[in-house]
Amino acid sequence: MEDDAPVIYGLEFQARALTAQTAETDAIRFLVGTQSLKFDNQIHIIDFDDENNMINKSVLLHDAGEIWHISGSPADKAVLTTCYNKTSESRVLTCAAVWRMPPEWESGNHESPDDSSNNPQTLELLCHLDNSAHGSMACVLWEPMGDGKRVISLAENHVLLWDLQESSAKATISSSATLEGKGQLKFTAGKWSPHHNCTQLATANDTAIRGWDLRSMSQIYCIENAHGQLVRDLDFNPNKQYYLASCGDDCKVKFWDVRHISEPVKCLEEHSHWVWSVRYNHSHDQLLLTASSDSRVILSNMVSISSEPFGHLVDDDDLSDPEENQQEDKGKEPLQDSIISTYEEHEDSVYAVEWSAADPWLFASLSYDGRLVINRVPRALKYRILL
Amino acid sequence: MSSATTPPDSDPAQRRRVHSMLKLYYGLNEEGKATEQAESLDPCDINGPHFDPEIYLNKLRKECSLTELMDHESCMVKQIRSLDSDMQTLVYENYNKFISATDTIRKMKNDFKKMEDEMDCLSANMAAITEFSARISGTLQDQHAQITKLSGVHTLLRKLQFLFELPARLNKCLELQAYAQAVSSHRRARCVLQQYSHMPSFRGIQDDCHVIMEQLAQQLRQKFRDGGSSAKDLSECVELLLQLDEPAEELCDKFLSHAQSRLEADLQGLEAELKDSAVTDTGAGSVQKTSPGSNPVSPSSSVSNPFLSPAAGTDILEFIDRGCNEFVSNLCLVIASYQELFINRPQESELASKNIPEMANGKLHVFVDTLAARYFSLVERRIQEEKGVGDNSLLVRALDRFHRRLQAISKLLPGSAVPSQGTEIVVRAARERIKQYLSALQTFYHDSLTDVRQALAAPRLSVGGASASGGGALVGGASSKDAPPSLPELLTSLSNFILNQLKSVLASVHLFTAKDITFSNKPYFKGEFCSQGVREGLVVSFIKFICQSSRQYCESAGDRGGSTPPALLLLLSRLCLDYETSTISYILTLTDEQFLVQHHTPVTPVTALCAEAREAAQKLLNHYVKVQGLIISQMLRKSVETRDWVNTIEPRNVRAVMKRVVEDTTSIDVQVGLLYEEGVRKAHSSDSSKRTFSVYSSSRQQIRYAPSYTPSAPMDTNLLSNIHKLFSERIDIFSPVEFNKVSVLTGIIKISLKTFLECVRLRTFGRYGLQQIQVDCHYLQMYLWRFVSDENLVHFLLDEIVGSAAHRCLDPSPMEQSVIEVICERG
Repeated sequence: MEDDAPVIYGLEFQARALTAQTAETDAIRFLVGTQSLKFDNQIHIIDFDDENNMINKSVLLHDAGEIWHISGSPADKAVLTTCYNKTSESRVLTCAAVWRMPPEWESGNHESPDDSSNNPQTLELLCHLDNSAHGSMACVLWEPMGDGKRVISLAENHVLLWDLQESSAKATISSSATLEGKGQLKFTAGKWSPHHNCTQLATANDTAIRGWDLRSMSQIYCIENAHGQLVRDLDFNPNKQYYLASCGDDCKVKFWDVRHISEPVKCLEEHSHWVWSVRYNHSHDQLLLTASSDSRVILSNMVSISSEPFGHLVDDDDLSDPEENQQEDKGKEPLQDSIISTYEEHEDSVYAVEWSAADPWLFASLSYDGRLVINRVPRALKYRILL
Repeated sequence: MSSATTPPDSDPAQRRRVHSMLKLYYGLNEEGKATEQAESLDPCDINGPHFDPEIYLNKLRKECSLTELMDHESCMVKQIRSLDSDMQTLVYENYNKFISATDTIRKMKNDFKKMEDEMDCLSANMAAITEFSARISGTLQDQHAQITKLSGVHTLLRKLQFLFELPARLNKCLELQAYAQAVSSHRRARCVLQQYSHMPSFRGIQDDCHVIMEQLAQQLRQKFRDGGSSAKDLSECVELLLQLDEPAEELCDKFLSHAQSRLEADLQGLEAELKDSAVTDTGAGSVQKTSPGSNPVSPSSSVSNPFLSPAAGTDILEFIDRGCNEFVSNLCLVIASYQELFINRPQESELASKNIPEMANGKLHVFVDTLAARYFSLVERRIQEEKGVGDNSLLVRALDRFHRRLQAISKLLPGSAVPSQGTEIVVRAARERIKQYLSALQTFYHDSLTDVRQALAAPRLSVGGASASGGGALVGGASSKDAPPSLPELLTSLSNFILNQLKSVLASVHLFTAKDITFSNKPYFKGEFCSQGVREGLVVSFIKFICQSSRQYCESAGDRGGSTPPALLLLLSRLCLDYETSTISYILTLTDEQFLVQHHTPVTPVTALCAEAREAAQKLLNHYVKVQGLIISQMLRKSVETRDWVNTIEPRNVRAVMKRVVEDTTSIDVQVGLLYEEGVRKAHSSDSSKRTFSVYSSSRQQIRYAPSYTPSAPMDTNLLSNIHKLFSERIDIFSPVEFNKVSVLTGIIKISLKTFLECVRLRTFGRYGLQQIQVDCHYLQMYLWRFVSDENLVHFLLDEIVGSAAHRCLDPSPMEQSVIEVICERG
């Protein structure tokens, strides 16, 4: 079965920020934020037409500065946050803001694709997340599956929980926590856990991974030396509440059970350079994407530590031969954790990779040179998982 | 006529002719009968017997002329005359003989007559004698019969006397303890007494005898039981008792139980010794555990006394010697005498009918087996205590003696399982020994590595000082301040140490298969011991252990801050590589030759081991590259992250960290160069160090100031991709390296520069920040190209860094190339 060729889209600026439009469940849509110091930065809205294998894009102007991080509201698909660099008086500060996309972008784009580039529309600023007291923002996290009212931002060594009020026009800090310790501590990444009623957060600073309880804003666990070097990214298993994946500069991807933090559950070492991003598939948590500065994206099948280690096999039996249910035990295939595929379409470091919010079999990866590649899970595997 | 006759002796030929003719005449010619018959038919033959004168005359008259006839006639006359004279001579000659013969005959006639008379007289005398003799024997007949009867009675009386005296005699024998005589006497009388027991007198004797013999038997039994007597006495006892119809089974049991008590004493002596040494041995507890309750007599001797030195115990050879001399030889004696007594008895004796040999044999086997089992358990305990691996010869000699002495038992007792059990013990001991050697080798290897670690650490503490270990002299510490110890020397000494140790272990183990060792020709020692034990269990396991432990260095050090010094990684990697190229095959060939390994069972092939060693070497080297790369990366990362690049001053110098990077790279280069070959590098232009950044700076400037703002180009026309096209090969940063210096250095530099690049991309630069990066990169360019296999790689990565810095620059106005060069050359 031949798989569809990857779809490549080139931006003319360098880019690091990529997110799926979380609230959009029909269209396959990704948002990319560019990084340019000399020109106005843009947010590219990439719409992927699955049937025709085509890309439609719109560009919104983001003139506040170069975008380091972007994330979309889970409730309102027009709302998003960015972390951007603001340079003033030869001082560089990373700020964060909540934006609303202008309502016309969609229609306007479709009618005259050429015009949009010449005359891009501007994002509508909803509010700033004021960080003058806390320093540079590393990232902004929306409450998973929330109503778009709560965000967390990580600034230097502070965790700030914001309440967005008056249709996001105003943001106030509801609570905060500070990581204390010797040296200059700085959060590099974080993830809001979708489990436990969204009361937990995991952050990464240097080589450690920490878990926070948002009700008390206190640390609940800390994996020291989770990686040999800097931890670059984290992701929660969407189906197993205690499972967490992390990646870092030691080229490894590690899987943790936060109840037993002394040793990782599993460790992958497939990349030949730093791993910048790790993402669980939202529906099938055995599928795992990793992006690395060795210019590769790797899709792995981590069956053994997924929520359904034999799941699809049981279905298999049910569908084909019901009376063979009792054979389930011996019918178990040996668990095979394997690399499904290595994607080498990028030529520069890949800093971000995201699953589509609408189609669980589709994902996008973004390399520094502005190349966005949309790929699919191989069909053979897809059918094996489904059937 | 007389004139014609020749004198008789005148001519012998003539005489013979005459004789023969006379013989012919008288028909005496025996030998010439055929001719006679042939001649006889011719009637004209004058000498033939059928001569017919008429025919002859007629024939002559018919055939011959007158003269011839005349001649013939004269010749005939002549012949007749000679014949006549011959005849006369003969008669004359024989006359005297006739006369004397006649005389003799007459004389004989007279003598015979006299003899005849005497003979007649003799026969008359003989008749008289016969008559007399007949008369005498007739008279003596009665007396003779009487004498015969009397002598019979006499014999009977003697026997009776013996019987009557028997009780007294027996008593006397009993007093004198001449048991043998008593028994033989009794035996002689027994049948008779039995036969005539119906007669009261005999019966009395018999009863008396019975009583006495009972007493005797009692005494014998007593003696037998006392046990103080010698083996010879004992056997005599048994012999006698058997003759006294004592039940053989009981005797066997008694004999054996008696022997057992003595052997038991030997065993207890051994055990006491064992306990002594066990107490002195600090590892006594574990020894006790390994053979729990194997001997019910042994009290819990687990109370170890660590204060006594282990040397206080006797060595194993003494122990075995003692065991052999006391227990085994006594056992052999017992077996021999037992067999003498009970089994190898003459078959005609009535005992044979009772199947006594079989019964006795069975008892003997059980007896020997139980005792031997106890002995073996003691020996095994002793062998298990033998933990020191220093001198194997003692153990081997002890085992040899042990095994040799057991052969005696096998000779005495062909069906016994004892010798084979003994062999099993030896086999087990050998196996155990191999395991001990393996662990000793492993400990030795670890110790050696610790020594190497210390040697590596020592010069660092005293940099510049004359290194005490004598290693640093080779390196020429003047050139680099961080003079590493002489790695090649460490490597050779390490590998020599290991090899020597392995060889000595092989030599020790080889003792097991020496020709003069009795058990060396057992199938186990010929086959399995060599191939499975020594080759697989010892040599191969050790090599695998080296690879394994080497690999562990890679894994443990990765996350937890790299506790292994990089030089050690390098050293081990080289060691493994050396193993792969030569040492493994050398060791295995050596082993195979020494032990004449015949590969009946599948063994690990050399190639598999080599592959494993190579894998380990590769892993170690990769890890080395990673560790060293990370050290340099860390410096670069810190230098980029901690600086405020927007508000920096105009660059006047190369930053110190860059100089440090180059220095470290140089020292790594030296370090690696000590152990690895140069390797191949791509040809590069002679002025590589002078290469300018003009190429990229011009092209970059173009792009920078004339950006193509063509939106949504399906393929990005970015600069970087254009550069990539020049180097279509993807650069794998943490990729495996080859076993040479250039490749190692390339790997390290790749890692470092890639880190630099990624860090630069995360920062924002001011004008001078960019210029500083330019200066730094140029400096790196000047020095790093020489270390790598492909200088383009360095160029490319540095271009990327400067390019990224330019992109991240708020005010990208690059520094003049000439200024950069001036600064770099000054720095």
